[in-house]
Parts: sequence; structure tokens; C-alpha cells
Amino acid sequence: MLRFIPILTIVMMIGPVSAGLIGTLLPAFGILPALGGTSPSLDPWAALFAQPGLDQSIVLSLVNGLAATLISVVIVLLFCAAWQGTPVFRLMQRLLSPILSVPHATAAFGLAFLIAPSGWIARVIAQFAGWDRPVDIAIIQDPLGLAMVAGLVTKEIPFLFLMTLAALPQAETERTAQITATLGYGKITGWFKASLPRIYPQIRLPILAVLAYSTSVVDVAIILGPTTPAPLAVRILGWLSDPDLAYRFMASSAAVLQLLIVIAAMGIWMLGEKVLGITGRHWAEDGHRFKRDGGLRRTSAVLAVIAAGAVILGLVILLVWSIAGFWAFPDLLPRHFSFRLWVREFDMIGASLWTTLLIGVPAVLTAVALVLGCLENEVRIGHGPGRRAIWLIYVPLLVPQISFMFGLQVFFTLIGMERTLFAVVLAHLVFVLPYVFLSLSDPFRALDPRYGQTALCLGASPTRVFWQVRLPLLTRTVLTAMAVGMAVTVGQYLPTLLIGAGRFATVTTEAVALASGGDRRMIGIYGLLQMVLPFAGFACALLIPAILFRHRRGMSAQSKG
Amino acid sequence: MPTKGKTGLELRDVRIALDGRELVAVNLTIAPGEVVTLMGPSGSGKSSLLGHICGTLPAQFDISGQVLLDGVALDGLAPQDRHVGILFQDDLLFPHLSVGGNLAFALPSGVKGKANRREQVEQALISAGMDGFYNRDPATLSGGQRARVALMRVLLSEPCVLLLDEPFSKLDSELRGQIRSFVFDLARKNGLPTLMVTHDPEDGVAAGGRLIELS
Repeated sequence: MLRFIPILTIVMMIGPVSAGLIGTLLPAFGILPALGGTSPSLDPWAALFAQPGLDQSIVLSLVNGLAATLISVVIVLLFCAAWQGTPVFRLMQRLLSPILSVPHATAAFGLAFLIAPSGWIARVIAQFAGWDRPVDIAIIQDPLGLAMVAGLVTKEIPFLFLMTLAALPQAETERTAQITATLGYGKITGWFKASLPRIYPQIRLPILAVLAYSTSVVDVAIILGPTTPAPLAVRILGWLSDPDLAYRFMASSAAVLQLLIVIAAMGIWMLGEKVLGITGRHWAEDGHRFKRDGGLRRTSAVLAVIAAGAVILGLVILLVWSIAGFWAFPDLLPRHFSFRLWVREFDMIGASLWTTLLIGVPAVLTAVALVLGCLENEVRIGHGPGRRAIWLIYVPLLVPQISFMFGLQVFFTLIGMERTLFAVVLAHLVFVLPYVFLSLSDPFRALDPRYGQTALCLGASPTRVFWQVRLPLLTRTVLTAMAVGMAVTVGQYLPTLLIGAGRFATVTTEAVALASGGDRRMIGIYGLLQMVLPFAGFACALLIPAILFRHRRGMSAQSKG
Repeated sequence: MPTKGKTGLELRDVRIALDGRELVAVNLTIAPGEVVTLMGPSGSGKSSLLGHICGTLPAQFDISGQVLLDGVALDGLAPQDRHVGILFQDDLLFPHLSVGGNLAFALPSGVKGKANRREQVEQALISAGMDGFYNRDPATLSGGQRARVALMRVLLSEPCVLLLDEPFSKLDSELRGQIRSFVFDLARKNGLPTLMVTHDPEDGVAAGGRLIELS
């Protein structure tokens, strides 16, 4: 039984992606019998290329995706190089982990409320500049998509930072830093010349996942991105939601085009890797030490703090807006506060939280069970999967959602499962599984194997060893993985919308739907609601082990590493 | 402890190789109550030999020869069915269980009755000079106490052989002598054939039995 779990897990991730891609590819070439498309044709492509501003949409997606990824990677690497092993670094480590659980849409709304012409930053400046009304420039939804890039960067920094953090110990960066320092290298230069080459291979897949995401993002683009024209992924969603079903064919070819854009972005990135790899090798050997890097070090810290601060302040301003009464420009705070909207929305809030849980809990429990099964199987057969297996885990994160979600919808319709809770949970599982795996696998594999061997030699069966030794020892890890999984399912916008065909109103679909309306108080409420479940999850992951093992000093976070 | 019908641990021409390189080759019989010390530098495959006897050695090792315990071949048996007890250099007490919980974990399920099981664990604690420690958190014990609980845990699982993998190397020198005699005395009293691997010559002297050098 156990040995079939890895196959089942892979099927749960790769199956929907493949079915979805096929279900997108066929209509893209005119084949979708349910809508009368029975013979292959290139008409969808002709219709697509006749769309006004298509080239602008393509450029927006490609350039902004690459820019957001590059900026995030540079800030994270600079910060790690400059501050590793210092108190500043540990502070950032503590700050960024909870920020990772903030859904993209929430962070984007928070940022919008900060930087908008009537946002908090403008209000602060207005105090000194004497403005009495908001400046008339488009800061959010700007035509170049700068606000969208900023929104993506604030959310990708914590993810890349934590992935880099996981790679640091294996590369022995602390000792390497000592060596480069004694050889007279500046902290940043020493790190880039000696540590980065060993770290980069391990953070490459996460970076590519960030690139794929940024190039095809929908929810953040709806909130912060330009509208005339919008990035391609947003327009595809528009076409898919059009009452005129004929648009579905064109939307499918656009989804295939989106996939090609992501592949092109990855190609450009890998080309950049190659060039930097070659020039970097010469640079590493040229002996320049750049000892005076204080300015750059401070800059990297400032950038990291701005990125983290934007998310945290964003949450604060969402809270303020959600309880704001009358709030005139340029007042820093509303004249009075009121819970009237919270009370009015009470039933709706409860309903959308319930729907979110209804999808999230089965998805998270299934994912954790499958991943634990895979890892336990590794222990029983005595070896892990090959190095290539990690690519399989990343497949759902490397293929743009919009490129296979519509096809998956077509597929579910074909087998009569459209709009069912089961189908939505399966769609969420595709994205929950990789994150739960990434979160669980390292600590599980790091557990001293002699605990298990000892228990076996004491006469315990492998099943008993799993339930009574390994699982209890990993309580904190498993709960944290569950919280990560919960944060992932709560944040899902497209899978809920497309596979559920609008039937499932989660906190995230509700929040993003509010974006066009511009009711800041309602956005404040639903933006915060998105935070409730992930936050509760992480609180449980901290509290439950603390209570369960309050008399077991050996189970505290410190001694478990 | 009766030793009738017990012939001890027999390693019949056991050879362990990894990637074509032979790590260890032994031909050895250990009688009940006898302690045999295997000495050798690290990397000489001592721990692999113990892993093989336990049945926990990963599949990539090439193995030939036979392991017999009281005349019964162990090869192919699952680790939990072998009745082989092992102590590592770390005590590996389960940090999520109490001291008593750790001991009860090892007690065979055939010992029935809650009170009876508790009594057996308490007896074990008394014989380790640790009565009243049932509910203690293992993390609060001293190094010597932890070592003694670890040994009692192994003995409660009713092993037919005792393997020691450098069990004293992490104890400070004062404690080491004390724990050594505690372990060897109990092993002899229980009539257990005992195989110890170590790179500390003093361990071998203290064991007082045969001493075999691996190259």
C-alpha cells in the first residue's frame, strides 16, 4: 500500500496539469465538441491576433515578470550576502516567515492603500507639502505596471528568502564567510564569489517558479496592474468569463500563448544564468575584494526592510480602512471608527470563511497524508528519490495556472464533475502538495534515523514506529506544513473561480471581486479575512506543540533545531 | 537467567562490502554472557556490522555469510522480529515520552495489564537506582541517568543479544567507568551474548572478554 503513495502523489499533481494542458490545447486549435468545435482550425489564433493591444499585453507580462523576479532575487541575494550571521539577519528571518503566509491579494491590496494617490504615504507627505487633495497621477494600475511589479516583489522576497535560508547550511556559508573575510574580501563580494555558486543550484527551481508566477499572475494584476491593456493573463480570464461562449476558443489559444511567454521568460533567464556563470567565474578569480561595501550593505537592508514593511503596514491600513468612518484627505486617520460594516457583513463573512475551510481542510489533510506517506516510504525502502524527482514537485509551480485551469475545467465537465466541491479540492491539491512537500521533506529526512532503528530493535513494528515515534517527534513540523498548506489553499484565486465556476465564494474570490468596485472599507474587511485562516494555522502550529509537550524540554523548538 | 538451549550469537563468515570494497569480514561466536570487543579505526565498517545484525542496514551494502542467534538464522527477518538489542553512543531516549513511557515502549505487548506493566517498569527503574523517576522528562536527567535508562529500555524489550556501538564515548571520564560496569554486569547477569564495537582500548579492557582488532 505504502509503496504506491509516491505514484499516487505524482498523479495528483501531474495528472490535473496534463489533463488541463490537453484541455487547453485542443480548443486552441478549434476542437471543443461541447461548443460545436469538431474540426481543427486556426481561427482562434486569427481572432486572438486581431485583438487590440495584444502585443502590449504580451510585453507587459514578459517584461514585468522578468523584472519582478530579477528585483526580488537581487534584493534577497544582496541581503543574505551582506547580513548573514548577524542579528539583523535573524530579525528578518523572524519577520519574513509570517509574511510568507499573507496571501498575494491581501498584500497587493495593502500596498495599493499605501501608495495610491490618496494612500497613507501621500497623506504623510501632504502634511508637509500642504496638499489638500490627492495628486492626480495613476500610481496604482499605472500603464507600465510598476505598481504590479512592486506588489509581486514584496511577496516574492519572503518566499525566495526562506528558500535561500534552507540552502545556506548545506553550503557551509558561515565558515566560507570566515575564510573569505580572512582573505580580505568584503562581506558581499566574498559571499557572491564563494558561497553563491554553491547555493544557486538549490534555489534555481524556486526562482523559476517565481518567474512563472510573476509572468502569468492574475489576482495581483487585477488589483495593481494596468488595465489598458491589462497583462495577458488578466485578459484571458476576461475572455473565459465572457457570456459569449465563442470566446472560449480564442481564450484557449491565448492560454497556450501565455505558456509560451512563460517558456520564453525562462529561456531568457537561463541565458542570463549562462552569461553570468561565465563572466562570474572570471570575476571570482580576478582578486578584487571590494572591502568597503558598507553603503551597499546598508542599501540591501533598507530594501529588505521596505519590502517587509510594505506588507506589514499594508495589513495595518487594511485594518484601519475596515473600521473607518468618515476619512477625509489628507487626514492620517479617520475622524471616527465604526464596526458597522463588520456587523452588516457578519453572515457573509461566516459563509465565505466556511467555504474556504470546506475546500482547504480536505485539501490540506490529503496533501499532508500523501506527503507523509511518500517520506515514510523513503525510510522503509531505505533510499530517497533521485535528484530529478524534485522537478516533478515543481511542475505545478512552473506551468502557469491560467494555461491549464480552463482545460481542467473542460476535463471535469467531460467526466461530469464540473462545479463540484470534489473537483475544486482536487484543483487546490495540485498547488498545496508541492508546498507541503517542500515544507515537510527536509525536517522529516533530517530526523536521526537511529530513533527509528532503536524503536525497531526494541520490537516495535514499522507502523508503530511511525505513529508512536516519528510522527510525535515531528509534531511541530507536520503542523507547520499544515499551516503552509492552509495559506496556499486560502490564497488560490483562479482554481476556485474556474473549477468552481463561481459556485464557491471563498474569502479570496470575494476580495478580488471587490477590486474593481473600489469600496475601501469592504476591501479592508475581506483583505483581512484572507489573513485569518493562515494566521490561525501558524498560531496552532506554535501553540499545540507548546501545550502538548510543555513537560518535555527535549521537544522545544531550540533543541529540535 | 537460564542459558540452556541458548548458544549465543554466531557470525558465520560474515562479509560486508560497499561498492565492491570489503568493509569488514568476521567469523565469530559469542557465548551467552560473554562480552566480545571489536576494535578498529572509524570507517572500518564496525557500525555497519551491527546494523547488519539488527537488520537496519540499507540495501546498497553487499553482504555474504550468516548471522545465527541461538541457532536460528536472522538473515531475512524484520528488525522488530530479531530480539536484538542495541545501544548507540547517544542514548536516543524518545524526547516526547516520559522516562516511564520510554521504558513501557520497550516492554513487549505480551506483558498484560496496566498495573502489571507499570510494576515491571518501576522494577526496572529501581534496579537502575532510579525509583520515582517514572514521570520525569528525559531531558531533565543527568548523562549517567540517561545512559542507565537507555540500557534498562533495551533490557525490558527482552533481547537475546546485546550490541554496543561505542556506547561510552560521549560520557565524561568519571561516569564512564561507572556506566561500563553497570552495562557489563547486567549483560552478564542476563546471560546476553554481547558484541561491542569501540575505538577506545579502555572499553575493551573493562569488558574483560575477547578483543578482536579490525584493520
